[in-house]
Amino acid sequence: MYTKKIVIRYPADVVDQPIVYRLVKDFDLIFNILKARVFPRREGLLVLEVCGTKENFDRGVHFLKEKGLRVEPLSKSVKQNLEKCVHCGACIAFCPTGALHLDGDSMMVLFDAEKCNGCEICVSACPPRAMEVDLL
Amino acid sequence: MSGHRVQKTYREINEKIKQGKAVVVTAEEMIDIVQRHGDVEAAKRIDVVTTGTFAPMCSSGAFLNFGHASPRIKAMKVWLNDVQAYGGVAAADCYIGATEVAEGDPLNSVYPGEFHYGGGHVIEDLVAGNVIKLRAEGYGTDCYPARKFEKNITIRDLRDAVLFNPRNAYQNYNCAVNMSDKTIYTYMGVLRPRMGNANYSTSGQLSPLFNDPYYKTIGIGTRIFLGGAQGYVAWQGTQHNPHVGRGENGVPRGGAGTIATIGDLKEMTPEWLVGASFLGYGVSLYVGIGIPIPVLNEEMARYAAVKDEDIFTQVYDYGMDYPKGGELKSLGEVSYGELRSGSIRLHGKVIPTAPLSSYYKARQIAHVLKNWIEKGAFLLGEPQKLLSSELSSE
Repeated sequence: MYTKKIVIRYPADVVDQPIVYRLVKDFDLIFNILKARVFPRREGLLVLEVCGTKENFDRGVHFLKEKGLRVEPLSKSVKQNLEKCVHCGACIAFCPTGALHLDGDSMMVLFDAEKCNGCEICVSACPPRAMEVDLL
Repeated sequence: MSGHRVQKTYREINEKIKQGKAVVVTAEEMIDIVQRHGDVEAAKRIDVVTTGTFAPMCSSGAFLNFGHASPRIKAMKVWLNDVQAYGGVAAADCYIGATEVAEGDPLNSVYPGEFHYGGGHVIEDLVAGNVIKLRAEGYGTDCYPARKFEKNITIRDLRDAVLFNPRNAYQNYNCAVNMSDKTIYTYMGVLRPRMGNANYSTSGQLSPLFNDPYYKTIGIGTRIFLGGAQGYVAWQGTQHNPHVGRGENGVPRGGAGTIATIGDLKEMTPEWLVGASFLGYGVSLYVGIGIPIPVLNEEMARYAAVKDEDIFTQVYDYGMDYPKGGELKSLGEVSYGELRSGSIRLHGKVIPTAPLSSYYKARQIAHVLKNWIEKGAFLLGEPQKLLSSELSSE
């Protein structure tokens, strides 16, 4: 099974159409909604954890793109700016998924984008503001 | 200082440094050396132990002299990027403090405030060479007639820029938890309710004052790594308090000694002075400091080999006990070994820990300082007067 977290951005003109349910119906994919910002006539955003076969996943993503949605891996929207990070560790107690963690040997703060659920708590908990999240 | 089997002087060690023969190790490396060879042998072999710390340190700031404008102004009020600096020093001098918040910041009116920019960030921007908007107001005198002055400057336009931090490098500090039912936003970071996390802020075994617990080599004139340049200990820090409970190894079991530091801001780098924003609390400045500990004798070798497992601090409740003031009630004593392991056990509960102090950068500082001394680019500064200690007051 293949599991991946993706960010789906809806253009304003299709935000009122039912689309993602087709991932389940037509492509046999399971998804878990981690975050959603959907308003009428405005660009919408969905963060999904999608699970299925790799082939179905790729076909599903292709379908979404054909419908005019933008699809990106979550790791593209959440970044640890290593120019700014001082590796203090103030973020690690808040990260609910353990995506941000301290490496015991190097004592560096590491970020595992695959574990991130896009909650954005780290953004303001980081004193040098090194976590950059673009989920608007 | 009699009764030591090894005795070295500052002058002897400095001679070795000049000849490129000094043996220098970091405080981490020293632990193993003393464990393996004993303190006497370690003192014979090792000349200097380097330490490091990199943490948000309030009670930091810089004196700036911006020269005279034409016409001249007696700057009574001064702003740098809309952050107010204290202008009541002299006509063209001001002091920018690390915790001053930019004017117009909503503060905590939208709780918790984000505090994006303040004095700490101004200092970081200055050392980075970024353009800063300087604004000053005066009331006009016969010799200083101008009332307003505004100019975009960089640190190169300043006649003088001196980092002068009244209290740095705290020897030990509280571990903070929150026993209340709501999340709180403190200078110790965000603390989740019902002891959801425990925050601490020292570099433990690498921290300067843990490696010389009775301040036998640290005092006024000690040359140090400060913000990436060579600086000095200027005085004992504010709130310096040697009279606290100590372990058998002499290490205080709670906040104790502090130092005031001074150095040329123009020589410093933004890698080691970083502005900090604390959600719901305010702004501060991460300061990088490293102090070389001369191994004058086996006693100093022993001190400089202290390890996290033997350094303890107290856990306090920042939800109710700390804010109300007065005597704090320790919820328990934990070692830095436990704190650095990722969790502590308190009242039967396992609590995840998070540092505010960067051990990674502290280690880098100890290595940079080691490198400077090995190259002969950094000589030990013999203190003119040691920090007051419980020993010296007897």
